[in-house]
Amino acid sequence: MTPPELLNLLPLTVLGALLALDVVSFPQAMVSRPIVAATAAGALMGYPARGLAIGAALEFFALESLPFGASRYPEWGSAAVVGGALFAMTPDGTPAAMTISVLAALLTASVGGSSMVLLRLRNARVVRRQQAGIARGSGGTIARLQIAGLTADLLRGALITFTGLFVFRSLHPALLASVTMPAMVSRAVVTSVASAVGIAAVWKIIHVTEGARWWLAGGLAVGLVIAGGLL
Amino acid sequence: MRTPMATPVVGPTLPLGTRLAITLRLFAIQGVWNYETMLGNGLAFCMEPALRRLPGGRGGEEYRAAMARHSGYFNAHPYLASVAVGALARAELDGVPLSQIERFRTAAPGPLGSIGDRLVWAGWLPLCSALALLAFGLGASPVGVVLIFLASFNVVHLALRLWGLHAGWRDGLRVAQSLGHPLLRQGPAHVARATAFVAGIALPVAAQGFIGPGRAVLGAVLAAVAAGAVLITLLHGRLEGWRLATVVLAAFVLYSMVR
Repeated sequence: MTPPELLNLLPLTVLGALLALDVVSFPQAMVSRPIVAATAAGALMGYPARGLAIGAALEFFALESLPFGASRYPEWGSAAVVGGALFAMTPDGTPAAMTISVLAALLTASVGGSSMVLLRLRNARVVRRQQAGIARGSGGTIARLQIAGLTADLLRGALITFTGLFVFRSLHPALLASVTMPAMVSRAVVTSVASAVGIAAVWKIIHVTEGARWWLAGGLAVGLVIAGGLL
Repeated sequence: MRTPMATPVVGPTLPLGTRLAITLRLFAIQGVWNYETMLGNGLAFCMEPALRRLPGGRGGEEYRAAMARHSGYFNAHPYLASVAVGALARAELDGVPLSQIERFRTAAPGPLGSIGDRLVWAGWLPLCSALALLAFGLGASPVGVVLIFLASFNVVHLALRLWGLHAGWRDGLRVAQSLGHPLLRQGPAHVARATAFVAGIALPVAAQGFIGPGRAVLGAVLAAVAAGAVLITLLHGRLEGWRLATVVLAAFVLYSMVR
């Protein structure tokens, strides 16, 4: 990539960093959910609808990995920026563009999730190092620890976003040239995989609630009728 | 060991400035979340504006003792942690015996975590996602989809944080009664049923939104979705669906390259 191309990644990196921060640290308003984050990335590239398409696909996957406390889950904020931006960079109808963009986002989300684990381990070490100040009840120490944690998470998000964009933007032309599946097949594959994960995720969430499975069945029936009418 | 004060240091209301400072800090309560103290440091950070009102003020002996006490291990759902922030701040300013404060700190994480997880992460968030996906499938604009998701989710998000702080401060360590509110006890089940219904509608409609007009591949897609969903459900606990999806998509891309 040329220096101007690298510079072009800067706004997306800032966006990815801010959205990654939202996942856990601040403010957890769920602007980091893929359906928002990828749309924002697409909008930054001038194609919000293409960002939304990737965001909606990723939202199916994100339904499965909800941010329960200490559990390990993919980090969707920076990943959705990578996926949304990649898809927005390719002209409409480009073969395999959607599959490659979603795959790039999933891989970034996986690395991002691991980076969150490393950050939490680092936070524990930092807190341990400041134990003397904490035990004294120093308000300054406690506030500085919060700010240090937030800053580290912001930088983590920036690093993951920039690396994801750099790697996949560099590979993108070669991948698009070598993958020959038609755009329709690409969309169908992503739809199948994402919908399967989404339905299984909803089942996992609701199956313990009395009567909810019937509400799901009823909803699916209504949805299939609406989808059939839209075709 | 301290003795309870005959009269509370402050009345039943916090000054607006202090309340605002605590509310803003609540959004960063997980700033230094870690596997050892979890929310502990964040809890003390959020309570700090209220603790400045202890006798001796900021840096005083009581302030320092309270800050040290509350920066230890604590865990809760991040939104409902505001209940603990309000209750513990009130208890400290009322001079409640330390044994009661410690008992609350030990007992509160369980209910504050489980209610929040069921109501928000496993309830409201998937419902809002499903609503946004439905809007996408029905052809709403990108701005419309994003607004539907953010507005619907954050109404409850903000309400929970604000209500939690208010209820915690109002009731002090007796706030457990507020957690028995019917909305919190029965709400998750109702939200789960609503999620099931809306997600049931949203999934095929959103899938149709991807495929676009025409039925050429619809049969194959439906068969693949059904088979995939059953497989992922059977693998539950052993392999996450998104990981399986990553492998399937990578294999498909590789196959397309080499064929």
